Amino acid sequence: MSARAPRTESGPRRFAGFRALLSRSDAVRGYVLISPTFIVMTALMVAPVAMAVVYSLWTQSYLDIDKTLTLSNYAEATTERMYRVLLGRSLMISGLVTLVTVGLAYPMAYFVAFHVKRNKLIWLIMITVPFWTSYLLRVFAWKIILGFNGVVNSGLKGLGLIDQPLQFLLYNPTSVVITLAHAWAAFAILPIYVSLEKIDRSLLEAATDLGDGPVRRFLRVTLPLSLPGIIAASLIIFIPTVGDYVTPALVGGAEGRMIANIIQAQFGKANNWPLGAAIAISTMAVVTVISLAYVWLTRKATERIA
Amino acid sequence: MTDDTPFIAIDRVSKSFGPVVAVDDVTISIRRGEFFSLLGPSGCGKTTLLRMISGFETPTAGEIHIDGNPMSAVLPHERPTNMVFQNYAIFPHLDVRGNIAYGLRKHRLSKAEVDQRVGDTLDMVKLSGFENRRATQLSGGQRQRVALARALIMRPKVLLLDEPLAALDKKLRENMQLELRSLQQSVGITFILVTHDQEEALTMSDRIAVMSEGRVEQIASPGELYESPNCRNVASFIGVMNFIDGTVRGLQGKFAIVETAALGQLKAPVAGPFVVPDAPVVVGVRPEKLLLSDCSPEGGANGIAGTVTNAAYYGESTYFYVDVEGCEEPFIVSTKNDLRDTSRQKPPPGRIWMSWRDESMVLLPPE
Repeated sequence: MSARAPRTESGPRRFAGFRALLSRSDAVRGYVLISPTFIVMTALMVAPVAMAVVYSLWTQSYLDIDKTLTLSNYAEATTERMYRVLLGRSLMISGLVTLVTVGLAYPMAYFVAFHVKRNKLIWLIMITVPFWTSYLLRVFAWKIILGFNGVVNSGLKGLGLIDQPLQFLLYNPTSVVITLAHAWAAFAILPIYVSLEKIDRSLLEAATDLGDGPVRRFLRVTLPLSLPGIIAASLIIFIPTVGDYVTPALVGGAEGRMIANIIQAQFGKANNWPLGAAIAISTMAVVTVISLAYVWLTRKATERIA
Repeated sequence: MTDDTPFIAIDRVSKSFGPVVAVDDVTISIRRGEFFSLLGPSGCGKTTLLRMISGFETPTAGEIHIDGNPMSAVLPHERPTNMVFQNYAIFPHLDVRGNIAYGLRKHRLSKAEVDQRVGDTLDMVKLSGFENRRATQLSGGQRQRVALARALIMRPKVLLLDEPLAALDKKLRENMQLELRSLQQSVGITFILVTHDQEEALTMSDRIAVMSEGRVEQIASPGELYESPNCRNVASFIGVMNFIDGTVRGLQGKFAIVETAALGQLKAPVAGPFVVPDAPVVVGVRPEKLLLSDCSPEGGANGIAGTVTNAAYYGESTYFYVDVEGCEEPFIVSTKNDLRDTSRQKPPPGRIWMSWRDESMVLLPPE
């Protein structure tokens, strides 16, 4: 032990070595500091995913699990037409949700970042107000708004604009997109706001000074510099919504059913955990590939613009 | 390079932000090809005035003409001006080439032409070979050069510089002062520099406008400004000056007889129409125009005895603070350390004499 090791008389002797280590090594201190988070993450994220991987390599034989390792579940998950259709539809819906949400969130974030001079915090808190109610309640709210006798239909009927309630409002992919876009709005606004807020205002003046009008300046300076926010917002929305099953179950109808609904069914009614796990892992892989490709493409695209 | 027709005419320009008047009825004419500085303490309105020339602020009253054209209806991105920003405002998502070529986009040049002009401009600011560096990989001095190149490549009629050297360390700043000056002379573009650093303004400018509280106090060449300031503000903002209150007793040709409480009668050159008999005036003398000696000066030279209470050693010179009976403020005397004599670090003991010539004094209007 080094002579410099701090030793207090009150402290138990057996901790002295550890304490000396702690005071000398930044790395050890770092690991000690992250250990609570690290343990929680391992227990709640790595372990379940590892279990899902293991399960996906087993097979269900009626009530028992056949524990011989096989890739047959993956063969089924990737070749069966229904799973492909559902995965494709999930990606479509989530992509659309991402597009709509980011598209609507950007102007809002831009407004708060550039045009709200005082009380920005109040604006930001107001953006999070919808989150003060539960996710389920918000989905149900849209059911009430879009439903057969819902707010929109009875409103239009009351105005005499339609005789019969509009059927296309609820229980289809559109209603899933609307509901998800609303549910995830704040997750898009906040990262975009942060990236816009960080932009040094003198950069915008420099662009103007060098001859750019407002539109060109936006495309060449503001947009590329807010790209990290856009990418973050897109991933925050796209990744979880692909796996969302509550919203499609409640407002999607048969047409709006997504891949997570079938995964849930495998773990529930169908009682085929291995297949469910294989579909889940395949979906995860596809989402990962799409996300990485997206990040790469956006980076490349902005290099072009600028 | 310069001629007498105003190239930039700032005509009775005012700017207020709510109740605060930032620029108050300022009129300045700047010649073509001139290196013009706006000098003043922070908050004097110099940056606001520069931003009105660039178009980022709109005057509340008055008009700015550049090369004969009124600017009030011209948007900032269409003005024939370019700016070097105080923090340089280098685009962090672009490399050096991207930053410098940024403004060329609207000129619709071919890639070869752009490369040519970027290369030439980089040569000019001595940054050749840095084309592909990211903004984040540059030092403060290099960023400053990129900002300068980015503005110069546009070949503006006027280059505006907002405290461009404030963020650099002292040595680099002194080098850049000389470099900027020679660069300006070689490109022949009119430069307008905003600075609070009097040394910077004196070394670089053809003419300087000293501003204070939104108004222009004096517009003159560096030498004139230093040797013949027109008020106490200018005199004390540029360099150091000793002030003695007095009253004019009479005029003798180009000289005025001034009665002072501490120094008796002085004979100082008349500086303006405010010097009339019985008018209160302030007599000013620069520290380096006072001579220190052990005995009373011979002949008719002005002299007064005092004791040195403090010494500020600057290496090449020492500032002595001399207490004189009857004066509240100590006199400041600067002496050149022309001998290798370290005794100048400390105040000399005992009484000491200061002497100066009549022509060394400046008469200023009272506050």
